[in-house]
Amino acid sequence: MVAQNVAFWIFAAFMAVGAVRVVTTDNIVHAALWLVLVLAGGAAQFIILGQEFVAWVQVIVYIGAVIVLFLFGIMLTRAPMEAEEKLNNNLRWPGLVAALLFSGTIAWAFIDEWGNDNVALTKPVRTKEVGELIFRGYLVPFEVVGVLLLAALIGAVVMARKD
Amino acid sequence: MMLNQFLLLSAFLFGTGIYGVITRKHTVLVLASIELMLVAVNINLVAFGATLNNAVGQVFALFVLAIAAAEVGVGLAIVLLIYRNLRSANPDDVNVLKG
Amino acid sequence: MKHYWFLDNAWLIPLIPAISYFVILLFGKRFGERAAWIGLASIGSAWVLACGTVVQWISHVNASEHGGEPGGEHGAVETIRAFGRSIKLAAEGASAGGEGHASFVANPIIHSTTWFQNNGFKLDVGIHIDGLAVMMLFVVTTISLLVHFYSTEYLKGDRRFNHYFAALSLFSASMLFLVVASNTLQLLVGWELVGLCSFMLIGHWWEEKPNSNAALKAFLTTRTGDIGLLAGVIMTFFVVQRYTGTGSFDITQVNQAAIGLSLDGNSKSLLFWCAAALLLAIIGKSGQFPLHTWLPDAMAGPTPVSALIHAATMVVAGVYLGARVYPIFHEGLNIGDGGINLMAAVGGATLLVGAGLAFVQNDIKKVLAYSTISQLGYMVMGLGVGAWSAAIFHLFTHAFFKANLFLGAGSVSHSGAHHSFDMKNDMGGLRKFMPKTFATFMIGTAALIGVPLTAGFFSKDEILATASANEYTFFKYVGLLGAVMTAAYMTRCVYLTFFGEYRGGHADHGDAHDSHAAHTADGDDHGHDHGHAASNDHGHDANGGPHESNFPILGPLYFLSFMSIFAGWIFAPMLHHIFHWEIFEKFPLWVDPHVGSRGFPILEHPEFAWIDPILATAAGVVGVTLAYLFYWRKAYGQNITERNGALGAGKKLLVNKYYLDVLYTDVIVGATKGPIAQAAYWVNQNVIDNVLRYTGKGAAGAAKFVYKYIDQKGVDGIYNGSAAGTSALGGLSSKLQTGRLQYYALLVLFLLSAVAFAVVITN
Repeated sequence: MVAQNVAFWIFAAFMAVGAVRVVTTDNIVHAALWLVLVLAGGAAQFIILGQEFVAWVQVIVYIGAVIVLFLFGIMLTRAPMEAEEKLNNNLRWPGLVAALLFSGTIAWAFIDEWGNDNVALTKPVRTKEVGELIFRGYLVPFEVVGVLLLAALIGAVVMARKD
Repeated sequence: MMLNQFLLLSAFLFGTGIYGVITRKHTVLVLASIELMLVAVNINLVAFGATLNNAVGQVFALFVLAIAAAEVGVGLAIVLLIYRNLRSANPDDVNVLKG
Repeated sequence: MKHYWFLDNAWLIPLIPAISYFVILLFGKRFGERAAWIGLASIGSAWVLACGTVVQWISHVNASEHGGEPGGEHGAVETIRAFGRSIKLAAEGASAGGEGHASFVANPIIHSTTWFQNNGFKLDVGIHIDGLAVMMLFVVTTISLLVHFYSTEYLKGDRRFNHYFAALSLFSASMLFLVVASNTLQLLVGWELVGLCSFMLIGHWWEEKPNSNAALKAFLTTRTGDIGLLAGVIMTFFVVQRYTGTGSFDITQVNQAAIGLSLDGNSKSLLFWCAAALLLAIIGKSGQFPLHTWLPDAMAGPTPVSALIHAATMVVAGVYLGARVYPIFHEGLNIGDGGINLMAAVGGATLLVGAGLAFVQNDIKKVLAYSTISQLGYMVMGLGVGAWSAAIFHLFTHAFFKANLFLGAGSVSHSGAHHSFDMKNDMGGLRKFMPKTFATFMIGTAALIGVPLTAGFFSKDEILATASANEYTFFKYVGLLGAVMTAAYMTRCVYLTFFGEYRGGHADHGDAHDSHAAHTADGDDHGHDHGHAASNDHGHDANGGPHESNFPILGPLYFLSFMSIFAGWIFAPMLHHIFHWEIFEKFPLWVDPHVGSRGFPILEHPEFAWIDPILATAAGVVGVTLAYLFYWRKAYGQNITERNGALGAGKKLLVNKYYLDVLYTDVIVGATKGPIAQAAYWVNQNVIDNVLRYTGKGAAGAAKFVYKYIDQKGVDGIYNGSAAGTSALGGLSSKLQTGRLQYYALLVLFLLSAVAFAVVITN
């Protein structure tokens, strides 16, 4: 248990730094790369929690696809590749207050409600169980998500094409 | 491991995401901040799933992932459209609704 | 049990036209005009299969009747946990049902396969073939085949010829899918597909704004009813769940559950709401009052499509739904009790409303459209008064004579009136020019107004006879009044079209016939069509004068005329009374659901009495005579609408279609668009802005307060954070109306945090 705890805190620290840099760095490409760090840290946390399938999906979908999309977005909007001007607007303080208020509230609620719960992990959750659950218990949501993805695909193509 | 440490990490990430959504001056970065918030949600779901010792949390996290992918696709299409029309990706320039 | 190949494989019937749709759509360009033959071949083979189902179903019924399975018990019934009381009562009912109610069981042919399975809930997709479905298969494929054939000539040279045939194939396929559906969810799928196809075909000539508007109106109006269908279908699941413990959409189970639950007092309201929701679906789809307004506008589509919509596919879907899950209506609306119920009332109202509107139309297709509304009113009223077999029989005969009339009107317009449908300005005297069309049209008219021995006579008569046998005397007289009106407006229509002097052939469109390109609007406006697409294809002379149509148009008319007379003879109690031939009573034997009284209400077939046909004939004679004297001989009351204020107001009401369209577009939509939007704007401008302004001011004031007093008092530790934060807040609030995206996000997040904070605090 100790080793997992240590690993957790190391990854958590990386994620925290990465997340802060995502929202503060003035170099737009760096922001995307810091995001990679956060997402990879998230995947690592999933593995610590014994949920391997979602961890690898996170790596493949997020780091593999979504980040590439972001980089494309940055490229296509001709964003400056290195830091030129401030990338944060004048809402820094109110934004900070809102963020602190919100995360403080939910953190308080978490501690209040689950302050003493332990992650009672007996064995990792295998992909087989995930598959069975999706195709038995959550088949309709699964189909709906499929339709949603199709709609998003068509919508994105229709919006982004030049005509 | 305490359940709490995951929850607090997720609360922190969510707050960072909020800050980013409000302050970033490039629309792509606003989307990136939204991704931060979604990752926070996923950590929550998976942590609860692990606590309850089943795969339900994971399944929901997968749904969130799929929806996040759809959101990024549509979001970036919108960003491109905005950029093409306004020659800018700064959300502050999108003020057609200004009264 | 014997196996019947055609019945077991009835799923092929919708599949073949569906394949044809994709083939035409994907490879249509390669085939050119020959694509029509793909559609024709597919629907032709579907028709052959449907005829096979008819033959085999009849032999199935005969086999069951003569020493088949014993009555009362039924395979599917065993699996149902029934209330003891209901079995006992049903058994009594079965023995008391006696005459007219066949006591044998002819099981429907049900085959299904699992579509998907989810946590113990299994959804099947399959076929449910019984007499009703077989009859519908026959009607739909027959009418569709004739319409396909007719269209090859009528739409020759159309710019979207292939697209038209593709849509026609899909239309037939979806209707057939709806007909064979084995559960209500599958029925819903077919139902929506039918709506989609009607949208495609009504808006076939969408370049003209009125046409695309009409398509949209049809789609949106029927969608309003579809809300009811969705709700109703979901409720059928719970009806079964309440009865058996596990929910299901299966039609057999739904029907059994409805019958079983009727004795359970607590379930009455569930059944009622389920029936009411499904009735809303029927109102939308089958053009019942008050959602009938889309049907006349749907005339914007090509005429063969109108025939298809009115006779076989679109509008009868509603009646079919009513017949398919009839036990829900029967038990939910207390149809067995006599008196007035919702379904009969809707049907009766539609019957009169539609007939009234048909009097003031100048467009021949609109006369027929309102006549369809009125006849659908007969069917729904028939279902509502317990005349199930008669209503279905009327659907059967109406399909033939209404298709006959529509295709006849198309022939008149195509060859006689330069693609116009205006009876007053472009027709008249056509009897001399197109005698064959005239003859078929007259036969259709005779069937519609119920001339004795025609199909419409027997079916209408049966509805009225059953209504009076079930003690719905009021609705019997409604039906008779409707018969008078039907006879009158059809007399007017025939007079304006075929008699008198030819009024078409104005000089102003002589050269329009040269243009091949633009075959467009089919005359909602009174204009002549811009460009007669096929002028040299069927031998127009230089002036394009009226002439007879050629075979692809006349052939279907001959066949439909034949059916308009003889289709009625398989359910003709009058002829049976005289001749005692069995053929005159076969329809109820073939089509009635012989599943025992636990699966369906007991259907009564009244004893024949001479009073019914005499009354109906008298009603027809009165109608024809009045209209003949008024419109033809101008014997009385000419210009009475101008002279008499009350009658003038009545005519104005009719011309404006009871102001229903005004109600829908101006009052309801207008109220939403206009005053409500203005009120919202006012609130926005005056209330919200002020709130924001004063909040901003207040916050700024608070900031000042903090600055002056707390800062002055020198609380250094919180000086930086709180003062800066608060002043930023104050500045933020006053800037709330900048239109900046991220301000809005900030505001939302603040409010969200505040709510979350409050919730956390209070717990």
